[in-house]
Amino acid sequence: MSSWPILSLVTFLPLVGALFCLIVNGPKEAVDRNCRSVALVTTLATFLISLLLWIRFDPTKAGFQFEEKVAWVPALNIGYHVGIDGISLFFVLLSTLLTPICILASWESIKVRVREYMIAFLVLETFMVGMFCALDLALFYIFFEGVLIPMFLIIGVWGGKRRVYAAFKFFLYTLLGSVLMLLAIIAVYGQVGTTDLPTVMEKLDLPFTWQCWLWLAFFASFAVKVPMWPVHTWLPDAHVEAPTAGSVILAGVLLKMGGYGFLRFSIPLFPEATQYFAPMVFALSIVAVIYTSLVALVQEDMKKLIAYSSVAHMGFVTIGAFVMNMQGVQGSIFQMLSHGIVSAALFLCVGVVYDRMHTREIAAYGGLVHRMPRYAFTFLFFTLASVGLPGLSGFVGEFLVLLGAFKANTWVAFLASTSLILGAAYALWLYRKIVFGELTKDSLKGILDMNGREIAIFLPLVLLTIWMGVYPNSFLDPMAPAVDKLIGDYQAALKLARTAALVP
Amino acid sequence: MDLAIKLIVFLPLLAAAIAGLFCRVIGARPAQVVTSAALLIAAALSVFVFVKIGFGTEKLIVVKLFSWIDSGTLDIAWALRVDTLTAVMLIVVTGVSSMVHIYSIGYMEDDPGIPRFMSYLSLFTFFMLMLVTADNLVQLFFGWEGVGLASYLLIGFWYDKPSANAAAMKAFIVNRVGDFGFALGIFAVWMLSGSVGFEEIFGKAPQMAQMRIEFLGMDLPALETACLLLFVGAMGKSAQLGLHTWLPDAMEGPTPVSALIHAATMVTAGVFMVCRLSPLFELAPTASMVVTLIGAATAFFAATVGLTQFDIKRVVAYSTCSQLGYMFFACGVGGYSGAMFHLTTHAFFKALLFLGSGSVIHCLHHEQDMRKMGGVREKAPQTFILMWVGTLALSGIGIPFLLGNGLGFAGFYSKDIMLESAYGAHTTVGLIAFWLGIIAAFMTAFYSTRLMFMTFYGKYRGDHHTWDHAHESPLVMMIPLYVLGIGAAFSGLVGYDWFVGHDWRAFWGNSLAVKATEEVLHHAHEVPLWVKLLPLAFAVAGIALSYYYYVLRTDMPERTVKRFPGLHALFYNKWYFDELYDAVFVKPSLAIGRFLWKKGDGAVIDGLGPDNVAARAQDMAGMLMRFQSGYLYHYAFVMLVGVAGLVTYFILSAR
Repeated sequence: MSSWPILSLVTFLPLVGALFCLIVNGPKEAVDRNCRSVALVTTLATFLISLLLWIRFDPTKAGFQFEEKVAWVPALNIGYHVGIDGISLFFVLLSTLLTPICILASWESIKVRVREYMIAFLVLETFMVGMFCALDLALFYIFFEGVLIPMFLIIGVWGGKRRVYAAFKFFLYTLLGSVLMLLAIIAVYGQVGTTDLPTVMEKLDLPFTWQCWLWLAFFASFAVKVPMWPVHTWLPDAHVEAPTAGSVILAGVLLKMGGYGFLRFSIPLFPEATQYFAPMVFALSIVAVIYTSLVALVQEDMKKLIAYSSVAHMGFVTIGAFVMNMQGVQGSIFQMLSHGIVSAALFLCVGVVYDRMHTREIAAYGGLVHRMPRYAFTFLFFTLASVGLPGLSGFVGEFLVLLGAFKANTWVAFLASTSLILGAAYALWLYRKIVFGELTKDSLKGILDMNGREIAIFLPLVLLTIWMGVYPNSFLDPMAPAVDKLIGDYQAALKLARTAALVP
Repeated sequence: MDLAIKLIVFLPLLAAAIAGLFCRVIGARPAQVVTSAALLIAAALSVFVFVKIGFGTEKLIVVKLFSWIDSGTLDIAWALRVDTLTAVMLIVVTGVSSMVHIYSIGYMEDDPGIPRFMSYLSLFTFFMLMLVTADNLVQLFFGWEGVGLASYLLIGFWYDKPSANAAAMKAFIVNRVGDFGFALGIFAVWMLSGSVGFEEIFGKAPQMAQMRIEFLGMDLPALETACLLLFVGAMGKSAQLGLHTWLPDAMEGPTPVSALIHAATMVTAGVFMVCRLSPLFELAPTASMVVTLIGAATAFFAATVGLTQFDIKRVVAYSTCSQLGYMFFACGVGGYSGAMFHLTTHAFFKALLFLGSGSVIHCLHHEQDMRKMGGVREKAPQTFILMWVGTLALSGIGIPFLLGNGLGFAGFYSKDIMLESAYGAHTTVGLIAFWLGIIAAFMTAFYSTRLMFMTFYGKYRGDHHTWDHAHESPLVMMIPLYVLGIGAAFSGLVGYDWFVGHDWRAFWGNSLAVKATEEVLHHAHEVPLWVKLLPLAFAVAGIALSYYYYVLRTDMPERTVKRFPGLHALFYNKWYFDELYDAVFVKPSLAIGRFLWKKGDGAVIDGLGPDNVAARAQDMAGMLMRFQSGYLYHYAFVMLVGVAGLVTYFILSAR
């Protein structure tokens, strides 16, 4: 293992960039230019360093690696404890990959308060990475909540017309859930006397009723983040009003915080409650898949359509996480990663035409293929990845989740598989309305195809999507031991509970 | 050998990438050359592989590439599996595809999107080859969805046409309905056998036949359920009754596409799948019965629609649908080798018919309505003769017993063996399939010669400007027609002994279910004489009637329609399937979607949830604000209320 604190470096390097942005001085244009460059360089450097995590990661080990532990509030047994395992590794990488892409995507479209915008993104990156690395409940909570602040500002300041409504809706929804989670964390702390996650996992032993209440409290927070039906209505509004890069981070990383939370906290800490509530999670997920797919069919706003499709795709994540077999859980994680790339790319696709036309209304477009062949290809590529075409990333996650679900419960697999049909319907409909047809609208006659900067944004995502689809084992193998351990511990705990129940 | 197989599969992909990504730089001609050359090489190599596998001693080669998805006990790898079944498909796919590539050079001459078109064609071929060389169900699914994508792209190739876009979407989505079943079938097979690889699945087939599965709350025989689910996938791809609606609409695509994808190769993938999985279907009698019935019903249904259509391509499309039905009922009774035989001969003569129709359409400046044709044989004599070859092959015309097996066009052999298999099965469903097949054979002969008579005979009925410019197609289009014409004429004669005659065992090896094949072929060769002669008699009768209607007494069609208006309307409107689906699935989905969005999300969730909470919070704030009025007596009042409340609480709790 490396001697220097590589995880903390990845976490806090963006803050250094933010500091630079703060002290940059001079005429507005120079400041804007410098802030952009500083943000890009910092996030790229962060990404490169984070790659070291993958390279040095030992894929045979199930436990946490790159651990760092410093006493923080020793009186209360709260520590700065970070580390990653096969589950969190790729979420860290996803965050560090998407941030520079966001910076690049905002290069020209953000013209006001550039300095503040870049700072917001850099701070956001620190919080995101920190959240995925945190191995202390208090630390996790701080990062988890911290994410809200820059995101709230990004939507509220640089958003569209109804940005304030959307920002508040987003903030209140997520805060309400988080408050309950805070209570649950305090309760756990009361039981174990520390917030150190590995210790808590080891020592926490709660009666079934307690487990259920605490599980529900965590669930309140994570379900909003995922978002699960029926607490999903903040998402379409937030996406529609957020600037492109905001949507990218929202869909790419923020939604994954919920799914990650289930896997990191709900399942290992409260195994019996997990088993008890799994049918409810399935029911809500299936409603999400079918309900939001149907709603997506009739949307008139590009971003709203993709937002609703996100809810449907995340329904697969929650199904997979709770079927608790190898295929389901690995599929669930893979689906999150794939969705992180693909939905981010789809929002970027919307951003490309939004930057040119300043409307997201589907009816305002049509026939773009005539003027924008490169764009037509890119958009089609990610549309197909989103409908789960085998050979692209979307297929692997959906396939594994459904396979795992079929083993657990055929109804779940059957109903969730309907998204194969509905997903194709809304995605292809959107593509047809935007790209195909004759180019008749005067406003579109002068529209330009993607430029070099935009190609540079999409190219890595295209390659990654193919890689994840053709050779997903690069990602599945490192996460396998950790997932195996998660399932093993879960089943051991259930077995223990059963034997305990038999003893009079 | 391994290298040859790899080249066959990946050359088309490479060509597609070159044509698709770089030809904007280097132009249209290189795109045509690169893709056509790649396909010709692949076709030549396929012949080599076919000869080695089909007539050699080594009957199975598996080329392992690399692992794909590993998760727990699930282990899927990319691999190319070539046995005789695959080798036959390699010949069909690369053979027809290379001809279509060359033909397209002439047919798409004036189109601005040539590189894109050639690239899509090659891409399709790649996916189709991945499909037929699949070593496991998931790779089969990869090819399956991939050809669906290519089909979507090619149907919608002329993206300015709203009808083409709609047809492309319809094809993709209806196929997805089939894939829905296919996917569930894969899950079921995996759960039962613990594997998705063919070798392992077939090994476990006898155990699976004994198992039961809990599916959607029902306790069902496991293998039957899995086979039925998989068959739903086959129904979608092969346009069988119920999931057939996309195929006629798919004719919006350019004609070479119709020939390659919607006649010769992709639509036969369902038949291929059932044959590939024949060791499973052989042990699933109920599922096979369903396959037989669906196939027979489709053969009959599509033929009835074909009788009334006027669009030249749609007639051929319905005929494809109907012929696929034949192949399925043959599979259903266990005649897998017969189905594969017909698949092969059909690929030649149906591609010929489509490309021939394309030649006519090309000749008449993109006119597709047969009511505006007539007398075209004057202008396109070679096409005329080749179309006759295709038509006679489709109708199954030949002279029985000459040279032992009879002497006739390709379809004569393959259609007869399927009908004989159905009869020889001696089951009720077998007999139903036989009789429906016989009636369909009559109708097939009728509508395919009707096409000939309406197009090539009589007087020209279109406008004269088109007529004056009508001309025979260029050589680059005629060569593929001749090649396919040779196949349509002789492939039956040449292949009979190997596919379904004495040598079937040496030829097929273990690539088809051996026991079922043996039984069926035995019975098929033993059927009474009248069974062997009946299809031919009905076909000749169909041709005679068609000649009477469309050449001798051209007023007869009109009079017949007047006589049976209801029946005609039913056939002409394709039994109202589109209208039914629109009313039952499409419109309700949209209505429910709109309802859930406005009422569910808008009124209920937001209304009761965040917006409601926000509104109530504001109300509360408003109420509380009133107390902060600045008047002392207001504050005093609130204090009093508070004190009173506290006192009450203590008194009550003290008890």
